[in-house]
Formats: sequence, C-alpha cells, structure tokens
Amino acid sequence: MNDFSSGLLDAFRLIVTLDPDLVEIIWLTIRVSLLAVTIAACIGLPLGAVLAITRFPGRTAVVVALNSLMGLPPVVVGLIVYMALSRVGPFGVLGLLFTPTAMVIAQTLLVLPIIAAVSRQVLSDLWLEYREQLISLGARHSQSIATLIWDARYQLMTAVLAGFGRAIAEVGAVMIVGGNIDHATRVMTTAIALETSKGNLSLAIGLGAILVCLALIVNGALFLLHPRRTVTP
Amino acid sequence: MSGRILPLALEGVTLKIDGRRLIDKITLTLDAGPLTVVMGPNGAGKSLLMRLCHGLIKPTKGSITWQGSPGVWPGERQTRVFQKPVVLRRSVLANVEYPLKLRGVDANERKVRAREALERTGLGDIAMSPARVLSGGEQQKLAIARAWAMEPEVLFLDEPTANLDPAGTRDVEDLVRAVHGAGTKIIMTSHRTDQVRRLASEVVFIHKGRLIEKGPADAFLDTPQSAEARAYLSGELLV
Repeated sequence: MNDFSSGLLDAFRLIVTLDPDLVEIIWLTIRVSLLAVTIAACIGLPLGAVLAITRFPGRTAVVVALNSLMGLPPVVVGLIVYMALSRVGPFGVLGLLFTPTAMVIAQTLLVLPIIAAVSRQVLSDLWLEYREQLISLGARHSQSIATLIWDARYQLMTAVLAGFGRAIAEVGAVMIVGGNIDHATRVMTTAIALETSKGNLSLAIGLGAILVCLALIVNGALFLLHPRRTVTP
Repeated sequence: MSGRILPLALEGVTLKIDGRRLIDKITLTLDAGPLTVVMGPNGAGKSLLMRLCHGLIKPTKGSITWQGSPGVWPGERQTRVFQKPVVLRRSVLANVEYPLKLRGVDANERKVRAREALERTGLGDIAMSPARVLSGGEQQKLAIARAWAMEPEVLFLDEPTANLDPAGTRDVEDLVRAVHGAGTKIIMTSHRTDQVRRLASEVVFIHKGRLIEKGPADAFLDTPQSAEARAYLSGELLV
C-alpha cells in the first residue's frame, strides 16, 4: 500500500513537472495512434460504405471476414508485421522493423477492421432508409457514399473513436514490431509493461493515469461536438 | 422549359414479382395539364405504377415512353415524393440544396433556388433547423419543396398525406395545388375519395393491377362507368 501511495505521489510529480521522458513517450504514443487511426479511417470508412451499398459475389464472405477480424489478437498482428518487415521478409529491404512506422502499420491493421465493420453496419442501416430516395434524386454511387458518410458522421466518429481506443491501449503488436526502444519506439503501454516488471511503479502509474485521461478527453470532445449533446443520436 | 417530356405513354405495362401479376397490361397516356390522381384501394398497384413511371423499377413486359426520349429515363425532368418523406440529417436548407448539388448547380444559384422554394412552401423561417426534428407534415412539405426546387416538369406524389393529421393534410394539399398552378404536372396516388374531390382534375382508377377507368374527375366521381368504381365510391369494401 505504501508503494502504491508513494507511486501515486511520484506519478503526480512527473506529470506536473512535465518530465521530458514522460512527455516524449506520450507524444510518440499519440502520434503513432493518431496516424494509424487516420490511415485506417481513410481506408475503412469508404470500404464500409462500399460494402454497405454494393452487391457483388463474395460480399457476404468479405463482411463475415471483416467482422471476425475485429477480434484479431494484437500479438498475432505484431507477429505478421514482424515477419513481413524482418530482414528475410518481403518488405525487409525497407528497414522499417523497430521504427515508429512499423508500429503505425501494425496499429492500422488492428484498427482497420473495427472501423470498416462498424461503419458498414451503420451505413447499411442508413442506406436502407435512403436508397430509393437518393436514386430517385439522381445520386450516383460515389455521391451516395459521400452522402451516407456525411449523414452518419456522428455514429462513424464513434467507430473511429473505438478504433483509437484500441490503438492507444494495445501493447502486444507495438511491443513486437517496435521493440520498446528507449527514445525511439517506447510508447505508453510498452513503457507501463516495462516499468511494472522493473518494479518502477511511479512512472507506470503516471503513464496509466495519463492514458485514462486521454481516453476521457477524446470522448468528452466527441460528446461536445455532437450538436444535441446527447449520448444516443 | 426546354425539351418537354410529356406525354407519358404506357403500352401494355405488366409487372410480375414472384409469379404474381401485380400490374396487368396497363395502357395509358398521361398528358400535360390536368392534376392526375391515381386512385384505387390499398394493394391495387398504385405505388408500383408510380415507381414504374418514375423509372425506379422496370416492367416485366410492355413499354413506358416519355415524349421525345424513347427508352431514355428523363431523370432530370421528373421527380418523386415518397409516402414517408426521407429527409437527410442536415438543415432544412441543405436538404433542398442537395439534389441541386447532385446536378452540379453552382453554390450561389443553389442557395437562391433553395431559399425561393422554402419561401414558396412556407418553410423559410426554419431554413436552418435540423430537418430531422420537423413534424411529419413539415417533413412532407420539405420533401415537396426539395422536389419543387428541381423545377421538374412532372412531379410524382405517392400518398403524400397518408401519415398526416387534417391540418397537415390541408397544408400539403394547398402546396400540391400551388406546385400544379406553377406549371408542374402532378401525378399522385390517393385512396381517399374526399381528397380526390378536392384536388383532382383527372382520375385514373386501378384495381388489382388493372386500369379500370380514366377520365375527368367530376365525371368519374358523379357517374362512374365501371361496377368496381361505383362500388368503391359508394364506400363498399372493394377487395
């Protein structure tokens, strides 16, 4: 218990003094996860929309695969990206293993199925309502997709946010492909894991508290963005 | 208006779905001028006929031809308002601007035309309100304003007052009259005799997917020629 309270105190000190190590780790974490989520959203939202409004052979299989990929274990994604980027792997020549870029790739792969699958579900429901009207008004496929994404923007933001939550909280994949190298690829989750196993609880607690605060801030911002400020649309 | 699309000619139009003949060899010409109401009991095929004419579904047999454009769907010149209005999750004004944007009308002209349409329909005061919070009657008026802003030659209305209370019904009927008065051909469905009496100048009566009668509204209402129409108008349960 003593450990715990002194850990909390130290953590508080690290946060208020803006400890350089701490700031560096937080900054890298946010950069990696934001970039991964941005890339995943740019691919996942249109992909979800296309799956929602088009019918083609094998579509059901794609949807089922996408839904199952939502539960993809991070360590497996880490392993796959590790093998792809390692020296003997197909992308080994790029020299990306143990860089933040590798971490972005891994997190993008983790988040993409979530954003695509949730947005497909949201947009299918909306398409059911809009379909005949949009066709009647003369909307082309690409215009319908843009309309659906815009009109479902608040629900889609929730999907993107869920993706961000998964990216920033995930430890297995970034540990494997990033290597948790100090001042290079150390992010909050890998740092917490390391500091905890070293028994250095104050930094671990400080990072944990900030991680939780980040989640609260992002969700709060989304709540305020919503015009009616209600939780359910 | 350039390139008139009327008259609309249906020739032996038949629609079968799952082996059921829902529209049965309808041959019919609709010309510019009268406010046409397609009348008949529920399930007669009124909405299907509307969707066929609008071009959202293709007939199994027969042809639907617009003047001057055989085989071509003049989507730009005709539009349709649905029984349950579909309004987009954006402002009232943005809803009216939407189809104009799809057609590539530039932003300034779009705003002007949408504003005009809202003023004409009495929705000018709530132009910036989110459309989804409007009442059913206002949403239906918005749907008509949106269609009107497109300046169509033909406007299809599918039971536009089916879900509305008397006040909403009166507003929408006034609006339909105004659109018709401004030179747009109205083709609407209704199963209500009182509404037909108030609005229609021409009636197309269908039953079980077949065309039973077509003629001026007064003559149809006062001296229907067919047994089915007589039964329907006298309030019998026509099945």
